[in-house]
Amino acid sequence: MSDPIALSCPVPARRYERIVLAHGGGGRLMRALIDELFARAFASPALCVDHDGAIVELQGRVAVTTDAFTVRPLFFPGGDIGTLAVCGTVNDLAMCGARPRHLAAAFVLEEGLPVATLERIVASMAQAAREAGVTIVTGDTKVVERGKGDGVYITTTGLGTVIGPPIGPARIDAGDVILVSGPVGDHGIAVLSVREGLEFTTTLRSDVAPVAAQVAALLERGVDVRCLRDPTRGGLASALCELASGAGRAFVVREDAIPVRDEVADACELLGLDPLYVACEGRFVAVVARADGERALAVLREVGCGGAAIIGAALEAGASRVILESSVGGERVLDMLSGEQLPRIC
Amino acid sequence: MRYVAPFRDRARIREVAARIAAACTRPWRVMEVCGGQTHAIARHAIDALLPAQLELIHGPGCPVCVTPLAVLGAAFELSLRSEVTLCSFGDMLRVPGPRGDLLAARALGADVRVVLSPLDAVEVARRCPERQVVFFAVGFETTAPATAMAVELARRLALDNFTALCAHVRVPPAMELLLAAPDSEISGFLAAGHVCTVEGVEAYPAIAARHHVPIAITGFEPLDILLGLLDVVTQLEAGAATVTNRYPRAVRAEGNPAARAMVERVFAIVDAPWRGLGVVPRGGLALRDEFVRFDALARHALALTPAPEPAACRAAQVLQGRLCPTRCPEFGRACTPETPLGAPMVSSEGACAAYYRYRAAGLSR
Repeated sequence: MSDPIALSCPVPARRYERIVLAHGGGGRLMRALIDELFARAFASPALCVDHDGAIVELQGRVAVTTDAFTVRPLFFPGGDIGTLAVCGTVNDLAMCGARPRHLAAAFVLEEGLPVATLERIVASMAQAAREAGVTIVTGDTKVVERGKGDGVYITTTGLGTVIGPPIGPARIDAGDVILVSGPVGDHGIAVLSVREGLEFTTTLRSDVAPVAAQVAALLERGVDVRCLRDPTRGGLASALCELASGAGRAFVVREDAIPVRDEVADACELLGLDPLYVACEGRFVAVVARADGERALAVLREVGCGGAAIIGAALEAGASRVILESSVGGERVLDMLSGEQLPRIC
Repeated sequence: MRYVAPFRDRARIREVAARIAAACTRPWRVMEVCGGQTHAIARHAIDALLPAQLELIHGPGCPVCVTPLAVLGAAFELSLRSEVTLCSFGDMLRVPGPRGDLLAARALGADVRVVLSPLDAVEVARRCPERQVVFFAVGFETTAPATAMAVELARRLALDNFTALCAHVRVPPAMELLLAAPDSEISGFLAAGHVCTVEGVEAYPAIAARHHVPIAITGFEPLDILLGLLDVVTQLEAGAATVTNRYPRAVRAEGNPAARAMVERVFAIVDAPWRGLGVVPRGGLALRDEFVRFDALARHALALTPAPEPAACRAAQVLQGRLCPTRCPEFGRACTPETPLGAPMVSSEGACAAYYRYRAAGLSR
């Protein structure tokens, strides 16, 4: 997705190889950056670069979400911060049961960032936006002094139109089926594999991708979707804990049923991490009515989620917690992560 | 070979669990020495498969937990010096010291970096000659060889900006100390497999014989632990006390001779304080005199300042296997991973963290 050879964005004529403070100063240099880089990459009828904001038309109920993106390193196997910035917000809209329509993007650039790096990131954003069926309609650029940022921070705000009836954790009922749309932990491990000081060889690629089409397929085919959640930071375990807490009931999930790639499981064993707490950026958890469980699975597999699986069920109302049936047959609690996972000693 | 899946095979696990249940006719208390084993037991809910008469008690094998408070304080002080870059294993960052944890030091401006290997810290020293790099060298026999290698490498490279804050400890002397307590209730041990990959098995037959306790060396997968328990229970029932190696895919009788030789060259065996256990005779490693210029305390003219343990924390009893974490009055109340009173609540090998994460958290809500 971020392969520089596939870069379709025309290289702008430019005076500077690197971002300078003036690129955020509101003057000619900033104008050139907008015209030659952002406007070309994000070209669409709705894109507005001459005005303080964009005007769009949307029908019915509208979902809104916003998210800030930082990642180190900026490029990782399978994606980069640009892909993340589009997919993250698009997927949050999808989790509201909405069809993503438009994005606004704000960039905080660090002085000294190579313009070529920004071009790659912007090209990735344009590509991810095309895949997700959204247009980037307005934005903002600021430049901070060298040493005061991590290269690029991107904030995206998304608008989407709600497809079906309202969904949310409160709609989760006893017996509802819990699905996950594919193997978990690919993104987190792919990023770790290229992080300075941790580099290890793996064929693994991040799962970062828009899931809006998969969600739309479920909703449009009449699957009774109660709630959706994307297991980003904190991974699958934290997503399930949040859902159980919101639903005010316990969930039971089977460790054996949770799809985890061998590469992810092995890397986690080595680093002392638990794959259930490792971030995904192109997966989602769906809680659906019991009668629709198998159909939901079939729909997901049809739309490209080959690794989707039914992993558990919601129980009667009561203490909200997630019970994991371990693969060896015992039961334990799956808790929220406290802080970030840190690689262990031995 | 596959190193994980075969050792989590459900049918095989059920079969071994059934054999343990059949063998066990009396109450026994078996201590798993290593925090890695404790976490495996909690994570896979292995204890749920065991007969009620067989009680697992959790040992002191968490290097983070037994690192003395005074050393944590020294790491904090050093990290705040403007010329110092402190390199540490990730687990150490959240352990509360007398003035806070290393994450707090970082927030105060300290240059604290997570490394996976002491050699990475040497590399930082090589690349940043203007920085005084201190490696926070904690851990058992498992990590000591890597620290020894880092110190030897620093000497070879003639680096005058690399030192180690050494708190390496040795496990078998701590097992002896626990057994020597007049009120010891330990019937048998699961010895720490990773320690034995380096040191081999030779320390254990004497301990087994002297205290008449069976010892099984195990790995960290469910089947490893169950096979070790089967050995120990079978021996206990028969009145035997020998050493068995249930981790042969990693542990050879002689251990890793190259690693042992390196440790021997760089470190001397010394009596050392273990947090929660007190001074353990021959329980630690100190840099030999010829390597003293790589000693962080000496280089930076810092003395260890004794610090009082937090009054409410009962980590010492937990580390000795005398208190199950959930029976601690502060567990899950004053003491949580977000507000830890002691190291066992935050270390990835701490017994309190294992219970909190896999058991009690959901129940207390």
